[in-house]
Amino acid sequence: MRKLFVFVMLFAVWLVLSGHFDPLHLAFGLVCSALVAQCSSKLLLAEVPAPHLPAAAWGAVRFLPWLLYEIFLANLHVVYLVCRPDRLRPQIVRFRTHLRGDVAKVVLGNAITLTPGTITLDIVGDEFIVHAVSDVSAASLQTGEMERRIGRALRQPAGAPPDGSGV
Amino acid sequence: MSATFFLGASLVILAAVTVSLYRVIRGPSIIDRIVGVNVIGTKTIAVIVLTGHLFGRVEFFVDIALLYALINFVGALALSRYFERKGVDVTSERAR
Amino acid sequence: MTVVGMVLVCGGVFFLVTGAVGLIRFPDIYTRMHAAGKCDTLGSLLVLTGLACHEGLVLASAKLLIVALFILITSPTATHAIARAARRNRIEGWTRGEDR
Repeated sequence: MRKLFVFVMLFAVWLVLSGHFDPLHLAFGLVCSALVAQCSSKLLLAEVPAPHLPAAAWGAVRFLPWLLYEIFLANLHVVYLVCRPDRLRPQIVRFRTHLRGDVAKVVLGNAITLTPGTITLDIVGDEFIVHAVSDVSAASLQTGEMERRIGRALRQPAGAPPDGSGV
Repeated sequence: MSATFFLGASLVILAAVTVSLYRVIRGPSIIDRIVGVNVIGTKTIAVIVLTGHLFGRVEFFVDIALLYALINFVGALALSRYFERKGVDVTSERAR
Repeated sequence: MTVVGMVLVCGGVFFLVTGAVGLIRFPDIYTRMHAAGKCDTLGSLLVLTGLACHEGLVLASAKLLIVALFILITSPTATHAIARAARRNRIEGWTRGEDR
């Protein structure tokens, strides 16, 4: 199941990148994708249970527009700060997440880096150390909106006990 | 018409690259320089793709852009990991 | 579609330029990384998708979107790696009230 999912994804990327649709190139693509899926399917998204993979992929697709909108807002904020550097108020915020698993943490870290005025400095266990560029950004971090959305996208119940069914 | 537009766009991006180059040359610490190089790399990807449109061969230039993005990413990771372990010369940080 | 692409490219160029200006205007490494990590990511995303719109429905635009997705994933990761290197080296951030 996991192998099939990885194989389909790899082959789709192959199709787009190669751009040749004659039998020879298609056969090359099939062989390569099958080989990679056979050998290293365990490396990709190892923590999402196999039956949840399509749902997680769909969740990621639905998560993307909201993320892009937030990135846009973040950029407007940075543009404003570039024009008015005197409004800068850098500070370091620490908070704990209840997302579990490396994939979810990576997604959360990247999303934090991309959205309103915050950069993930370090992740130690469950604790995120985040640099916020102004008071507004630091406050927006505390709502936990992003965590909830990522948890929903990756099928992790928000605030569940650490041994929940998500991993 | 669109060729002129995209030529102008890439020229403006090149001006931005020149501006970021200031941070690479001046940047008080090595980390600033890494950030500057990373920024220039990202801008270069955009310039490569726009150049591809100017030559009417976007599909080839996109492959170059993809490779450039890969190298940029791996380079930034390698540099930052290296200086994370080795340690930055803090005196050059203070000297500013 | 052509006009949409041009508007997107314009926005992308604007954000790229803002990122460069922020890079030289902000006072310390961490704030500079805000400018670099965010503005550059969105800027190149907009340029790539704008060009994809301009090209229309051909294979090249699918490739452009793949590059855009790649940048969307790798750019914040690189920013985070650099930020962590800065933090592990105990480079102090600028706080309000200090001289630049």
